[in-house]
Amino acid sequence: MSGHSVEEIKRETRVYLMVFVGLAILTVVTVAVSKLHLTTGPAILVALLIASVKGFLVAGYFMHLLSEKKLIYSVLALTVVFLLVLMLLPLGSAYGGIGG
Amino acid sequence: MEKRQVRVGNQWMYAKDAERALREAMRVQKEQERHAHGEHHLGFWRSYVFSTDHKVIGIQYGFTALLFLLFGFGLMLLMRWQLAFPGQPIPLIGQWLGEANAPGGIMLPEFYNQLGAMHGTIMVFLGIVPLAVGAFGNYIVPLQIGAPDMAFPKLNMASYWCYVPGGLIMLASFFLPGGAANSGWTSYPPLSVVATQGQTWWLIGMFFLISSSLLGSVNFIVTIIQLRARGLTFMRFPFFVWAQFVTSFLLLLAFPPLQAAAVLQLMDRLAGTSFFMPSGLVVSGQILEAAGGGSPLLWQHLFWFLAHPEVYVLILPALGIVAEIIANNTRKPLWGYRAMVYSLIFLGFMSFIVWAHHMFLTGMGTAISAFFQTTTMIISIPSVVILTALFISLWGGSIRFTTPMLFALAFLPMFGIGGLTGLPLGLAAADIHLHDTYYVIGHFHYVVAPGTIFALFAGIYYWFPKITGRMMNERLGKIHFWSSLIFINGVFAPMFIQGLAGISRRLYDGGAQYAHANPAFKTNVFMSVSAWLLLVAQIPFIINFFMSMKRGMKVDSNPWKATTLEWAAAPSPPVPHGNFPEIPVVRRGPYEYSVPDHELDFVPQHAAEREA
Amino acid sequence: MEIPYNVEARPDTGLYNAKLGIWLFLASEIMLFGALFSSLVILRTGADSWPHGWEILNVNIATFNTFVLIASSVTVVLAWANLRLGDLAKGRLYLGLTILCGLIFMVVKAFEYGSKFQHHLYPSSSTFLAIYFTLTGLHGLHVLGGLFVFAYLIGPGAKMWATEPARYTNRIEVVGLYWHFVDLVWIFLFPILYLL
Repeated sequence: MSGHSVEEIKRETRVYLMVFVGLAILTVVTVAVSKLHLTTGPAILVALLIASVKGFLVAGYFMHLLSEKKLIYSVLALTVVFLLVLMLLPLGSAYGGIGG
Repeated sequence: MEKRQVRVGNQWMYAKDAERALREAMRVQKEQERHAHGEHHLGFWRSYVFSTDHKVIGIQYGFTALLFLLFGFGLMLLMRWQLAFPGQPIPLIGQWLGEANAPGGIMLPEFYNQLGAMHGTIMVFLGIVPLAVGAFGNYIVPLQIGAPDMAFPKLNMASYWCYVPGGLIMLASFFLPGGAANSGWTSYPPLSVVATQGQTWWLIGMFFLISSSLLGSVNFIVTIIQLRARGLTFMRFPFFVWAQFVTSFLLLLAFPPLQAAAVLQLMDRLAGTSFFMPSGLVVSGQILEAAGGGSPLLWQHLFWFLAHPEVYVLILPALGIVAEIIANNTRKPLWGYRAMVYSLIFLGFMSFIVWAHHMFLTGMGTAISAFFQTTTMIISIPSVVILTALFISLWGGSIRFTTPMLFALAFLPMFGIGGLTGLPLGLAAADIHLHDTYYVIGHFHYVVAPGTIFALFAGIYYWFPKITGRMMNERLGKIHFWSSLIFINGVFAPMFIQGLAGISRRLYDGGAQYAHANPAFKTNVFMSVSAWLLLVAQIPFIINFFMSMKRGMKVDSNPWKATTLEWAAAPSPPVPHGNFPEIPVVRRGPYEYSVPDHELDFVPQHAAEREA
Repeated sequence: MEIPYNVEARPDTGLYNAKLGIWLFLASEIMLFGALFSSLVILRTGADSWPHGWEILNVNIATFNTFVLIASSVTVVLAWANLRLGDLAKGRLYLGLTILCGLIFMVVKAFEYGSKFQHHLYPSSSTFLAIYFTLTGLHGLHVLGGLFVFAYLIGPGAKMWATEPARYTNRIEVVGLYWHFVDLVWIFLFPILYLL
């Protein structure tokens, strides 16, 4: 338990509401961009970029990751490394083999 | 009414709530005082069946896992008849197997496949891991770190009660039409997707088992980090604790992809999807009605992403047990503790990036094969470091050849053979010849059977006095040890020859049709006889186990004169609630044996200086 | 026998047990959903043709659901803030709103699935639909699981506030973290499945 003062908690509440507004706006943006029907490459890039920003907001502020302890960061960093391994290496196995 | 807020502890509350809370708190405190004086009764079910105490849960895991190990062993003994005498009716048992499995007592290939798939599944997921992690981990880790229990006792109970249904589902599948899963423990599609009903039950069973494992691994990590006693820094952990810690991370992060894959295979089997089913499949002469476009390799990637770290889950706790027993029975600190710890961590990390060495023959590109070959070669380094450190730990030691020490000593060369025979398999070029042959079976069984299982036996003989307050019989132990050592080598050593001669694995007739491998095939008889004698060799162990519970020599809290907290700070058996008469404070490393200028040849981790 | 650091943080790690526990669990969930996303990528790159999400799925309905889920993340964190201020009533109110949002999400999802089935679009119809149903289905099960836990905490579980308010507040924080993660997964699921 954080033991913060009443003022700090009220200030955090304002941050939560601002984040909500930000997330809502970004949702509108990502849907609007999709209507442009960009080619696959750019479309994926933009969509993932916007999603990452939204994700950062949720993780950083709602989940308080921005002020979390080092131990949690370490666990998450390790997880992300293995996630990237799982996402990228199997793709590598699809290239250069028998039959191309 | 006042809205005044007061601060109670670190919590803001309305004044009237605070008043009520204070009264409640006083009531709860009174109840807790009654608890502390042992005035509560939990009843049979909450004490022995749905217990939240890590010691009871550890024992539950232990008994259940040992039963599954015996059952899995039995499946293999049946297989070994077929391998030695293909097409011959199985004596005694053959008539009880049923017409669907063995008409006239002669094993059908379909039944052989079931036995093979389930032997692997049961030994790995229902036997070894629950014993090594669920039983030994649960019982010993809280004691070794000076904790009263695991961090989440109810979660611990839930974990065990996820394991049991998973196991029962697996067992029950033998009675389905078409029998149990029969596509290998690896369940490769497309075969597994079109296989009989048993495969669906296998997938559901795995779902339960993986869930059990995830709950457990969270518990272990939190317990080790948060509940260790004062003074117990990470580099003062007994090596067993480090091993369980790294193992838990492997389980936590590697299992979920298999969970996902199991869902996808269930969808393919039940919902007609084609995650793993390529287009244009023809099964038994019929075109398969499916959308197609799937990838069988996708399953292999997801499966082996878990299954490779899984083999390190099989070995790490064993290394931990052997390390404890060697330090204790050489009366010396472990040599190279720091190197061993860093090797453990490095090994754990590397284990996530070697998996496709199981897929060298799938037609992957040379670049990716070279990558996995390289990481696989690199991962052998930390294993060698740990094994070498354990060997060097023997040097200059005052060795006590107790039964646990005999098993621990035998582990070293056995694990060495297992590890070394892995090297040609990790080299893509050599693997072309050896993949899916008996060489592979020989390799991994050496690591798991005279490797891990011997270490687990060592652990049972070692910690039995802590759990029961009685010693196991040394003579029966030695008979068990020597006969097991001889016969287990008799089963597995010839497999390397068979594999090199070209006999494939998973052949219902053991390679009888391979004329070129015929001399190697003939050793099947010798190997099967060794296996059956290996069963006989377990009888002294089983007798010893149950007999010693009632009639073993009674001992005090520390019969092995060990330094770690489970021996030095807790009675045998430990205090039912809370483990320790008083929570220990750790003052030194885990292996202070033969410290100069001390009267005794060991200094417990928590002993105050003047007591040493 | 008390388990230490159940409520107050352990000084050297700065965490109480359940906080560390839930983050570890979320790490495993990252690997679970990550494996499914990885499967999506592998299947898509290996496919001869792959439809655009908007051609098959209802973007508007899913956009609405996205707002609903984001709102529920706000309500749960406001519930936690109010509990830290000592206000159980407001805390339960926001928990109730969270549950409401979650239920709306599930109802909308049910309509979405129902409409697919009505048009004979099943998981077996194509690999795209297969991964769509599996990913959103698993996500939906996670939403459902969260709703069960919230229902317990707003109901019988709230009794803990009388004796151990800090521990109850921690529980809301921990379940809240789980809930935010479920929202986070949707934040990636939505564009990847519907908008590309």
